[in-house]
Amino acid sequence: MTIFIIQLLNAFFYAAVLFLIAAGLSLIYGVMRIVNLAHGTLYALGAYVSAWAVGGAFGTAVSGQIGLAGLFLILPIGAIAIAALGAVIEPTLLRPLYKRPEEYHLLVTFGLLMILEDMMKLLFGGTPLTAGAIMDTMGSFPIGGLIYPRYNILVIAVGLLAAIGLWWFIYRTRFGVILRATSQDRRMAAALGINVGRVYVQAFAIGCFMAGLGGAVVVPAQAAVLGMGVEALILAFVVVVIGGLGSLEGALVGALIVSLVRTAGIQFFAEIELAVLYLIATIVLIVRPTGLFGRA
Amino acid sequence: MADGVRTGPSTVRLLMVTVPILVLLGFLPRLVDPYQTVLLTYGLAMAIAALGFNLLLGYTGLLSFGHSAYFGAGAYTVAFIVRDLGVQSMELCILGGLIGTVLVAALFGFVCVRHTRIFFGILTLALSQVLWSLAYKFFWITGGTDGIRVAYAKLTLLGGTINFAGPGSYQRFVHNYYYYVLAIFVISTFIMWVIVHSPFGKALQAIRDNEVRAGFIGIPVRRYRWVAFVISGAFTGLAGILWVPLNGLTTPDILYWPFSGEIVFMTVLGGFRTFTGPIVGAVVFNYLKTYAVASTEYWQLLLGLVLVILVMVLPTGISGTLARVWAKIAGRNS
Repeated sequence: MTIFIIQLLNAFFYAAVLFLIAAGLSLIYGVMRIVNLAHGTLYALGAYVSAWAVGGAFGTAVSGQIGLAGLFLILPIGAIAIAALGAVIEPTLLRPLYKRPEEYHLLVTFGLLMILEDMMKLLFGGTPLTAGAIMDTMGSFPIGGLIYPRYNILVIAVGLLAAIGLWWFIYRTRFGVILRATSQDRRMAAALGINVGRVYVQAFAIGCFMAGLGGAVVVPAQAAVLGMGVEALILAFVVVVIGGLGSLEGALVGALIVSLVRTAGIQFFAEIELAVLYLIATIVLIVRPTGLFGRA
Repeated sequence: MADGVRTGPSTVRLLMVTVPILVLLGFLPRLVDPYQTVLLTYGLAMAIAALGFNLLLGYTGLLSFGHSAYFGAGAYTVAFIVRDLGVQSMELCILGGLIGTVLVAALFGFVCVRHTRIFFGILTLALSQVLWSLAYKFFWITGGTDGIRVAYAKLTLLGGTINFAGPGSYQRFVHNYYYYVLAIFVISTFIMWVIVHSPFGKALQAIRDNEVRAGFIGIPVRRYRWVAFVISGAFTGLAGILWVPLNGLTTPDILYWPFSGEIVFMTVLGGFRTFTGPIVGAVVFNYLKTYAVASTEYWQLLLGLVLVILVMVLPTGISGTLARVWAKIAGRNS
């Protein structure tokens, strides 16, 4: 029973991180119909920036003075940096391509992936970076006869808050209305006086922020390593394919399904754990191409 | 326009271009050092992969992001039959590898052609990752990340008439294998040329340009796409088969999706709107990557920049740009 609860908590932890990545990917697709192949790499870059800020020379030097709360203030730097990067990428690389076929979108984001992967190596080197200080300071609590890190519970909470916040933002605010209108009919939105170019930058930056936030929250628990982005992208793809590209609820449900299957897989069928995930995505695409919650 | 097998001047012009290139390719190993010969052999093998890939992208209008699956299926089948069945003849390897690839491509294609556009891309990608994860995890069969070693010295060419035992075998292998790959490359290019200029090829282009109208005039759209998918996979698989003795090692990297991205990259580099584009792109990409890897640790950064600039500035690729420049010069002269 204890093992079961711990595995369930692990699954929710994965789900929270995956949701952050997949929701950003889905939002960007929903608004501008671009499948961003560099999205996983943006997540990895967010992880590196946060780990560098918290666990690097700067974070270690100041951690004595600012304590745990201070470290938590530094941690989201990764997310903010990635949002800023996104605000640069959209107008320079993506905007000229909206009128071209979607093959070019995939190609340019694949090129971006290659560039960013090596930028990470250039900036942060090949050794894994971690912000483990936060997780160590927070300690753990007992479950049954075992202990579980408190930090993981916090990540689950962040995932939930992000889901609620994003839902509120999209369905309950003025900007959300503009965002949905632009996503449904770009030309009509422009005709109604909406500055579509600005909405696109904002949507892309928000999507990137989510990816960066995913990286930032994961890095106290797991070190940032090279190649983590390429792997994360494929899992995020599986999530959005199951849930439906462009759907927020879909990203949440998809992230839960993928995490539960993965956790069960590691426990019971480790060899085919990944294959099962891809097969689930394939079956969903055949039976219901728009995913469980997709409309278009 | 690359359309129609026109008679007369067009065929003559075609021969005027291809014959000198073939003669040059035939004499090249005598002019350059063995390392360059190996590089070119890699380039020719990848050119077959890109040609196959472009039957889908350029002629059928489907962007696959999972062609690593067929390259890997060919390569792994060869590795299995050499290791487990002790086969030595390269021709048997090609036959076995092609059967393996066609089976995989027929199964995956049957699923994938139900969709087009972005969903087709994601589906091909997801399925290729199934193969990757199996190759990666079932290490007692596939060797995991260590891969499977296939020594060139064990193989024989042309039904055993050429073997690579004894001293100086590597030089002989490099020399002979170059001509072997060149011959297969020429045959493959010819077959692909015939396919895209056949009524079947024309039907594929009709499907690419307008799926609905193609259906109206009686083309079985989905079945044609499936056949194109299988042919495309078989060509890419053949490239994977030829690649194995060159590389000497089959690892899951060739099944991982960034490798599919490389196949897309080389095709776009050369230009997917022309028949020769993928060939040019594959050979150029191979040199580009080799020199980028040799000159800097950050070769991905370099290649990524090339790709982004290419998409932004030269979307028609090397062939398309050259053709445009050529047309301008020709237009000025006449």
